[in-house]
Amino acid sequence: MELSKDLVAASSSPLVLSILAEADSYGYAILRRVRELSDGQIEWTDGMLYPVLHRLERLGHIEARWEVAETGRQRKYYRLTDDGRRQMAEEQRQWQAVDAALRGIWGAQIAPTLARTLGEPAPTRHGRPSLA
Amino acid sequence: MPHPAAQDPLEPQIDRWRQYLRRRQTVHSVDVAELEDHLRELIASLMTGGLAADEAFLVAVKRLGAIDALSREFAREHSDRLWKQLVTQGEAPTSPRLRREPFVAFGLAVAAGVLVKLPALFGLDLDADGAFYARNATLFILPLLTAYFGWKRDLPARALALPLVMFIGALLAANLPTFTPGGATEPLVALHLPIALWLAVGIAYAGARWREVAGRMDFLRFSGELFIYFVLIALGGGVLLATSAGIFESIGVDIEPFMEQWAPSLMLGAIIVAAWLVEAKQSVVENMAPVLTMLFTPLFTIALLLFLGTAAWTGRGVAIERDILLLFDLLLLLVVALLLYTLSARDPHRRVGAFDRAQLALILAALAVDMLALSAMTLRISGMGVTPNRVVALGLNAILLVNLAGAAALQVRFLSGRTPFARLERWQTDFLPVYGGWATFVAVGLPALFSYA
Repeated sequence: MELSKDLVAASSSPLVLSILAEADSYGYAILRRVRELSDGQIEWTDGMLYPVLHRLERLGHIEARWEVAETGRQRKYYRLTDDGRRQMAEEQRQWQAVDAALRGIWGAQIAPTLARTLGEPAPTRHGRPSLA
Repeated sequence: MPHPAAQDPLEPQIDRWRQYLRRRQTVHSVDVAELEDHLRELIASLMTGGLAADEAFLVAVKRLGAIDALSREFAREHSDRLWKQLVTQGEAPTSPRLRREPFVAFGLAVAAGVLVKLPALFGLDLDADGAFYARNATLFILPLLTAYFGWKRDLPARALALPLVMFIGALLAANLPTFTPGGATEPLVALHLPIALWLAVGIAYAGARWREVAGRMDFLRFSGELFIYFVLIALGGGVLLATSAGIFESIGVDIEPFMEQWAPSLMLGAIIVAAWLVEAKQSVVENMAPVLTMLFTPLFTIALLLFLGTAAWTGRGVAIERDILLLFDLLLLLVVALLLYTLSARDPHRRVGAFDRAQLALILAALAVDMLALSAMTLRISGMGVTPNRVVALGLNAILLVNLAGAAALQVRFLSGRTPFARLERWQTDFLPVYGGWATFVAVGLPALFSYA
């Protein structure tokens, strides 16, 4: 499944913040974690993660530091700041609100669908069985 | 990297990828390092999965994202970088020459400022001997600008021989003791020497490419951008000086005499700084001169067509006054400049479009307007006598008419697909020596013909 561009853009910041809330990490590992968490459903173009990280850094939500990794190469690690933690909580509230709203309306729509599958004509506005 | 030895064939490929990415001005080298770490991780994991090194490299690069799209994303997040490029070279310049460049440029700017003060030591005052300064103005600056490009392009001495000869010749021609003070030839020299000497700068600017169309075209682009940068710097300088004068006046100190004394130095220094800036920001932001020509080509065409229509409607001829010919020269010159800078920015591979037709309309309108003026003049010009000013004005008009007539013919052929775009460029760049030759004649030969009257 390919997520729409807008949804990728909107979800990238809470995802990155939440992953960094678990532990400090670096680009490649963050991407791997995203894939893991979504069972491979969310696929980002790898390079696009970095502008997102840089934006979060500029906003003060995360901090970067260079360290020598176990491979012997220089690696840039990111850490969630207190500010980032607050931001994460805020985004969590917003996403939960969206999620609750969608669940509410989809839950109401799933009931008739379920009824149709069971062979009962779904009630329509005109009182006739729906052809759909 | 599990097997450093096995990855050796990868290094050159990663090197190339890194260099390609570095050329993007929006991706700084610290970002490249971060992305490279990512690339290596990807390659390592793909190779663990059983891919060969070169396969892993290809897949990893693809997964990292197309470099164009990537640098666009970086540009969106770091839009400031596009602008910072204006002054600095971004990352640490690779060669010591590039690192020294700002210092050389500022050194030469200061040198120009000092040079223009030298004649004062010999008692030549800026106000009292204005004519001397007018005739020599460009000699204070253009040799230094030529030296700057000679240094920057690392030109061999013999490449600079011709400009040197031109400068020495100009120095002699401008300072012959034979000029009649307040005569007609003196201002003509002051006006035409700079044009001839500007070509000397061009020879240094283009270096070995002076004989090529592309080299000359680059020089024309540079000239246009330099002019715009200089005007902008001069405007800023004007604001700075006026503000300073105001605040100093508020504490009862008059700095205006001091500023008047140093204004010429600042102006000349600004030219070198402008040249350095144009060189430094080249190709980063869209050039300004072509944008202005795109804006003004249709406007000029409309103005000229309205003029032609009005002249035909009212039946009024062009009134022959003293400077009327110069006015029409100026008009043709503007049209040539509009044409030139449009050509300089046009993508040679683009197909013929509406703007190319608009250009033909502009050239034809300008030719018609000039014909109108010339026909009104031919009747009376023989009776007016030959003066240096008239010779110069008529000569320039003839040159520009030939240029525009040729340009119009080529444009028609180009629009109908019978001639390649390169011919249009060549026609204009081949004309540069003609302008230079004419300017040299006016500055050196003409005064002698009129015995320096």
